[in-house]
Amino acid sequence: MKRAFPILAVLTALLLVYAFYQALWVAPTDALQGEVYRIIYYHVPSAWTAFLLFFINFIASVQYLANARPSTARAARWIVIAIGIIGFVAPFIPQVKQQLPTGMYPSSVATTFLIITGLYFVIGKYFVDQDLDVLAVTTAEVGVVFCSIVLVTGPIWARPVWGIWWAPGDIRLTSTLVLWLIYVSYLVLRRFSDSAQTQKLAAVLAVFGALDVPLVYFSIWFFRTQHPQPVIGGGGSMDPRMLHVLLISWMAFLCFAFLVCWSRYRLEKLSREVEEAEALESLLEPAGLAGPSSAVKTPLSRGSK
Amino acid sequence: MNSIKFLYAAYIATWLIHGLYIGSLVRRYGRLRQQMKDLGRGK
Repeated sequence: MKRAFPILAVLTALLLVYAFYQALWVAPTDALQGEVYRIIYYHVPSAWTAFLLFFINFIASVQYLANARPSTARAARWIVIAIGIIGFVAPFIPQVKQQLPTGMYPSSVATTFLIITGLYFVIGKYFVDQDLDVLAVTTAEVGVVFCSIVLVTGPIWARPVWGIWWAPGDIRLTSTLVLWLIYVSYLVLRRFSDSAQTQKLAAVLAVFGALDVPLVYFSIWFFRTQHPQPVIGGGGSMDPRMLHVLLISWMAFLCFAFLVCWSRYRLEKLSREVEEAEALESLLEPAGLAGPSSAVKTPLSRGSK
Repeated sequence: MNSIKFLYAAYIATWLIHGLYIGSLVRRYGRLRQQMKDLGRGK
């Protein structure tokens, strides 16, 4: 796996350069906004990446809480299966279909629920116990970085187009800011709390915080806002050439986010092992049991291999 | 139109934020490596 990182890093760098070239020189100029619309190729992929990361954080936090007891873990699995089946079938029921906003297709809703269920089980299979908590903190931190980019590039784009930096009271803008604040408070809680319950408290906060993600995403479908309509579906329309570049850009940012998460995940795992080793050493030292390296071998050697 | 400045500002801001975050990760890795060295030496 260690060898794969530099190869992936080079591929991601090439993809980012390609996306940059496409965004600045290949994508056609917007008839209304001119060149400044090209901010979309950084603003929207960053938002989608942040949502995805917060969603992974949500699943990891739910699993971390549910895995506290085998019975809860079993119950959570069945609830997720039930949600998956209902979410997959319900959009095709005529009464429900009518309620879907314009541009939202039943097949895309069904696929989303299928992906959610699948993601829950994939994460549950590859991450257990503390690894779930490490995954949660990793995705929250990288998600905050991407969300910060959304909050910075949004006003820079709004100024020349709307004539204002920020539209106070706009639900899309406000809910995005609230989402960012929730996850910043999540990270602050993890950073400064010494309680043994910190991980559980953070997981609970993440579960409630994630409820803001659908609100942010669907706010422009259900409310009239200053923010434009969704670029895919939802009554919005986009030149296929622009959409193509947008998807390339998202792919590049997803690869980049994956690499950053990989590094952050490894850093978190290693720092926990070092903490464990330090605690072990300080326990053994007074009794004269610890040699210079004996105490650290157990936890650290596990991680470095 | 001067809007091109905003486009450049947005792109620069994006990479600045990513750069700062990656820088913080590198710093944290460095600190961790030092801690591991100290532990290995028994302080």
